[in-house]
Amino acid sequence: MAEKPRLKLPKEATKGEIIQIKTLVSHVMESGQRKDAQGKPIPRKIINKFTCEFNGKPVFSCVLEPAISANPYIQFDARIDEAGTFKFAWTDDDGSVITAEEKIALKA
Amino acid sequence: MKAINRRQAFALGGGFVMLTLMPMAADAEVTGDAAKWIEKFTGGKQAVKGKISLDLPEIAENGNTVPLSLTVESPMTADSYVKEVMILADGNPNAGVATLMFTPLSGKAEASIRIRLATTQNVVAVAKMSDGSLFTEQKTVKVTIGGCGG
Repeated sequence: MAEKPRLKLPKEATKGEIIQIKTLVSHVMESGQRKDAQGKPIPRKIINKFTCEFNGKPVFSCVLEPAISANPYIQFDARIDEAGTFKFAWTDDDGSVITAEEKIALKA
Repeated sequence: MKAINRRQAFALGGGFVMLTLMPMAADAEVTGDAAKWIEKFTGGKQAVKGKISLDLPEIAENGNTVPLSLTVESPMTADSYVKEVMILADGNPNAGVATLMFTPLSGKAEASIRIRLATTQNVVAVAKMSDGSLFTEQKTVKVTIGGCGG
């Protein structure tokens, strides 16, 4: 589970530009609906929340349900008004949080 | 074997009509669990059709990963932006799929995710704008292999 999330976004942008951000994190996203070989239900274990902040301000977030595919892929946009840092966080059902950071600069 | 009499013939015909009408009825109205989710999200207010474009494959071969893209028309300024979009699948064991929360910093109310669909069903999106207005859109996806295990 300690695998690094994959992020794809430009390194720099012009002021006011809307950029696209692609994220992918490795996770089983066990739905809680499946049963193991003994017929016992496999307990639910999913990423239930994803947030993206830019310089401490919320940009995009989502609440996820078991109907999200394994290795959740989330793509969204962000408007760049200043140089700064994106902070991404994926919250697991067990309370652990996977985090990632990415810097973006303004084009001269 | 006894030949079918007039009454039975009518009953059969009626059954056929019901069968052919059923998918249409499902398309017009969101059923069961999903309706409850929508009511909780909208607070009982009626959502208007439009503003949202929902991009889903017509036929999904594998229900385990169905790509979903969504765009909501909005200027995305501090005064007028899309606050939340709830995505539901009315044929899944649990109708909720995801709730996306946008801010003016998002620039565009656009997102893509990959979802699981158990069977052929309707996928519904309901958007809540910053001024409280509500919009909805839905699409039927045919699923060849279900995505909820078993």
